[in-house]
Amino acid sequence: MATQNDDAPPTTSKSGATRDAAMQALGHMRGDTLIGRTVTINRPRAELYAYWRDFTRLPTFMDNVERVDILSPTRSHWVVKAPGGKLVEWDADLTDDRDGELIAWASAKGADVPNSGRIEFRDAGDRGTIVTATIVYDPPAGVVGKLIAKMFQREPAIQARRDLRRFKQLMETGEVAISSRTRAQLQEEIA
Amino acid sequence: MRALTWHGKHDVRVDTVDDPEILNPRDAIIKITSTAICGSDLHLYDGYIPTMKAGDILGHEFMGEVVETGPGSTLVKGQRVVVPFTIACGSCYHCGKHQYSACDNGNPADNQDIGMELYGQPMSGLFGYSHLTGGYAGGQAEYVRVPFSDVGPIVVPDGLDDDEVLFLSDILPTGWQAAENADIEPGDTVAVWGCGPVGLFAVQSAFLMGAARVIAIDHFPRRLELARKFGAETINFEESKTYEALMEMTGGIGPDAVIDAVGLEAHGFFVDNVVDQIKASTFLGTDRIHSIRQAIVACRKGGRVSMPAVYGGIVDKFPLGAFMEKGLTLKTGQTSVQHYMPGLLSAIVEGKIDTTFLISHRMSLEDAPKGYKMFHDNQNEVTKVVLKPGFTDTAVAAE
Repeated sequence: MATQNDDAPPTTSKSGATRDAAMQALGHMRGDTLIGRTVTINRPRAELYAYWRDFTRLPTFMDNVERVDILSPTRSHWVVKAPGGKLVEWDADLTDDRDGELIAWASAKGADVPNSGRIEFRDAGDRGTIVTATIVYDPPAGVVGKLIAKMFQREPAIQARRDLRRFKQLMETGEVAISSRTRAQLQEEIA
Repeated sequence: MRALTWHGKHDVRVDTVDDPEILNPRDAIIKITSTAICGSDLHLYDGYIPTMKAGDILGHEFMGEVVETGPGSTLVKGQRVVVPFTIACGSCYHCGKHQYSACDNGNPADNQDIGMELYGQPMSGLFGYSHLTGGYAGGQAEYVRVPFSDVGPIVVPDGLDDDEVLFLSDILPTGWQAAENADIEPGDTVAVWGCGPVGLFAVQSAFLMGAARVIAIDHFPRRLELARKFGAETINFEESKTYEALMEMTGGIGPDAVIDAVGLEAHGFFVDNVVDQIKASTFLGTDRIHSIRQAIVACRKGGRVSMPAVYGGIVDKFPLGAFMEKGLTLKTGQTSVQHYMPGLLSAIVEGKIDTTFLISHRMSLEDAPKGYKMFHDNQNEVTKVVLKPGFTDTAVAAE
């Protein structure tokens, strides 16, 4: 059993044992790689939860997510861009859902990229809401797949960081910041 | 449209490129009427700023006429506006505190990674200033796309010329913030390194904030003369020993506050500067910092250091001991332009601040490459180049 001697989040631990224990504690583990990302958003908790909870809206700020289909109150189908112009797909089940507080999921059997995790929303006083994403996943083709994903900037840790920033932009400003000059340029950058 | 584009060190060209379009609800398209070349554009020109790409449109000091608006913009077609060089959303925590230059959302998410790696937190977005600050096209062009146009641009009252208000976009607020960051107390003596536009506006601002004396330091006679016109005493560092002169001129105390308005390309023939230059040219370091070193050493005990100057990288031989032992305070940062614009516009209208004295050259946008070269090669005579698309009388000096 891993013991931790400080108050830092386990996602930042240098110890594999501590990270493993944290993944076990999450339950519904779908993989062996743990990432965590936190962002503070200057909007009320309920509003952020409500936007995220409608999974069909996630592609508005998740660049890699092509679309999410709702199959049932607890199951959704995800179509996601992968390195090399490929698409990967999976079904995800809601494993926990607390209004205004938490959304947790785990991919169903047969997922192209097995993954699980949770999004937590906590009050941050006059600074708004602290949103923490904790994700456990199984990188495609192990270490090599992870390297390739990183080369194409489709590595989940990088994506999670950028997606959370875009979520913040959308919630705080009503739009996702774009530096392109023309629509043609924008299309080129998204591709 | 025609636009000034960057292609490499000392290689800028006027190219024909696609017109900008409205891409987000809060966007506006501005037809440029005046745009200036900034001293910090020379850092790009000299190749000191990383993450530039061939074809990038430069320019972050500009103003013009609103020609198109998105549904979320509060601007109206036909309005004349000056646009702040910092891109701020107006709704994040930092914007709420008027720290507009620290805006969380002005820089696209993907571009924020570089700032995280270099500085620990992402930079805000700026116009025409590398991909580190967003990769936004700048205003040295016929048209520019302005995001968050309901927050940044300030509408110019009728009866004011472009030349009177153009510098609200950057250098006037930057000089003002530099003086504010020096926490000037009535009766203070303030020393300003660098009599470029920011230094000269800092001189004017320091007096308005109650400084009894301002000592301006440079080596260009023309620039020192301008500082003297605003009431500053001057030190030409090629003729006098700066530290010794400052000590003698302040009764052996040192200036109460010091302002470094020079930055990463500090000139001067000093051993540490030559070493910095060699390191910069061999990529062992990017910043040449003689001015800030000298300012810290000259500053009186318990004094204040203000650093509007642009630095991008890592320095060594920073006089941390002098800084600590004398108990100095340092304030710095990109300018929160949006915070200062309304007050400074009033100061211009009331005639408290003079801005037009600075312009030495007005040129057509087509002549922009010539403008860059002139500004780069002759900083004594060329204090400010203003480009006007459609200006026909090419390369005529103001006087």
